[in-house]
Amino acid sequence: MDTELLLIILIDGLVYASYLFMVSVGLTVICGVQKILNVTHGSLYAFGAYLCATILIFYAEAGWPGAGAFVIMVLTAIFLGIVFGIIIERGLLRFLYAEDEHIIVLATFAAFLILEDVLLLIWGTNPYIAAEPLALLGQTDIAELPFDNYNLSMIFLSALVAAILWYGLRRTTFGKMLLAVIYDRELSQSMGINVTKIFLLTFMVGSFLGALGGAYQAPAISVQPGIGVEVIVLAFAVVVIGGMGSIPGALIGSLVVGVARAAAVHLEPVLELFVIYMIMAIVLIVRPQGLFAPAKARKI
Amino acid sequence: MTKYMDQTGWALTLGLAVLIVVNFFIPEWFRAILLLSLARGSVALGLLVLWRCGLISFGHALFYGFGAYTVALIVKYLGITDVFLTVACGVVVAGGFAWILGFLLRRYRGIFFALLNLAFSMILYGVLAKLESLGSTDGISLEQTTYLWYEPEGAANKTTLFFFAAVMTWAVAMAVHHYLRSTLGYMTTAVRENEIRLEYLGYSAERAIHVKYTISGLVGGFGGAIAAMTIGHVDPDSMAYWPISGDFVFIAILSGTGNVGAPFIGALLYELIRTYAFEQFPGIWQLIMGGTLLLIIMFLPNGLWSLVDRWNQRRKERNRLEARAQEEKA
Repeated sequence: MDTELLLIILIDGLVYASYLFMVSVGLTVICGVQKILNVTHGSLYAFGAYLCATILIFYAEAGWPGAGAFVIMVLTAIFLGIVFGIIIERGLLRFLYAEDEHIIVLATFAAFLILEDVLLLIWGTNPYIAAEPLALLGQTDIAELPFDNYNLSMIFLSALVAAILWYGLRRTTFGKMLLAVIYDRELSQSMGINVTKIFLLTFMVGSFLGALGGAYQAPAISVQPGIGVEVIVLAFAVVVIGGMGSIPGALIGSLVVGVARAAAVHLEPVLELFVIYMIMAIVLIVRPQGLFAPAKARKI
Repeated sequence: MTKYMDQTGWALTLGLAVLIVVNFFIPEWFRAILLLSLARGSVALGLLVLWRCGLISFGHALFYGFGAYTVALIVKYLGITDVFLTVACGVVVAGGFAWILGFLLRRYRGIFFALLNLAFSMILYGVLAKLESLGSTDGISLEQTTYLWYEPEGAANKTTLFFFAAVMTWAVAMAVHHYLRSTLGYMTTAVRENEIRLEYLGYSAERAIHVKYTISGLVGGFGGAIAAMTIGHVDPDSMAYWPISGDFVFIAILSGTGNVGAPFIGALLYELIRTYAFEQFPGIWQLIMGGTLLLIIMFLPNGLWSLVDRWNQRRKERNRLEARAQEEKA
């Protein structure tokens, strides 16, 4: 194998990994705190992409400065995070915290099905394309192949998100309360932490991250029905590989899956479809809790 | 009541009789729905066996796919069209894979068990969709089926298949019912409630789970084999993709785990809701399915069978009160 191909695989893998990290980090945050696998995360991604693409199309027609597009992405994601945080967490999940974990997964799956049709009702089946920010950043040639700077910028965005989350969790009061809730929910409640509020805020932050993933991805793809399904299945795999609820796990999981998929695409395209699940199965066989999650004692 | 025919046994037999009589009065499309319900109900029955010990699989399309593809491949490459042989092969192959995977999966619980199953089913999906010799994304079409020496033609074809499927499903349901009433079967609930205590009693929880997983694979393969012959065509998207596994879990939730008959009622209801929603409201059928699932989780968490249980309990209560009233009068 020559170095050029290796470089391309590495860069492709990094870009794909940053995309995976953006969509799975919100899922893992919610998973760590609330102990649920939230299927509606895929809808958040889709809503983020659709809403952002729609606004960006208007924005481009109005002819305002192109850099504003990035502000729009963040604002769209914040808006969606708050709205869906309230609707899904307050309206549905809070009634179900006492149930088995797979019952909650199914409830979010039901909500996901409903939201899929709501998307279709609002935006229809036509694809939306808002590629102005993509053109704005131009291209770079690496190993005589053009790469979109926009895709490369995703690597920096995900590094930024990872750094902010790390700082937020380890260095702020809210983060420390969150860690306490993750560790022992009842004990932290008895110490005076408002767990209900923490749950809602976490869900909003997680939803915001999902919507941001969609909003930032919107200019790079054609926004069309079905993107939510694709994302949720990938994000699930990444979260399970990294260990549920672990942010470093999501980072490493994305890198492993991203590079492996890029290698499969360039070396053996037949493998592309199931390389992710192959890794997931192998990781679960070797380390049942995922790469980074702490082991749990059996309940007696 | 004898050892082999309890209330459920009689009810299943009655159901079989009803199906056979009804066959002569229903239109073609409804027979297809009934056949699919039998097939999918069988897979949901496999899920029920697992669910009784608190495990749920998000990838049971794995065994559905194994069953269906085994039938299709035998017909395509070996030219064997006898249903007894093809269905038996489908069941054995699916069960065999379940037995092998069981050595691994019996170590897992909760969400990890569910997701590892999903991963395996997606690997199967990937293999089926990519390999040309397995039909790739186009799938494989099945030829005319035969029943020992009998080769039905035209309309008799569907009717014969329907009889065959109904009788076989009846046998499968009876077998599972008797398994669940055996010592090993009763261990399911013990595994769910407290594994460690069960092990202190001297049983191996992992072994019990392994047996259940194998049974559930066998039953799932049977469902797949019936589905392949009903549809007459197998392809990865309708046999092994993850939404299919989602359908099975949906049916299992809808039916509840109270009785081996429940998954078949649930499957029929599921097919009817989906067909109706798809016909009448093509734009929002997912919304209707999702809404139904949510309503069931919220208001009928133990499925439709909990209605029957509740009704039984109320009847018992009423009988007790009446008996006491009579005593007092006397």
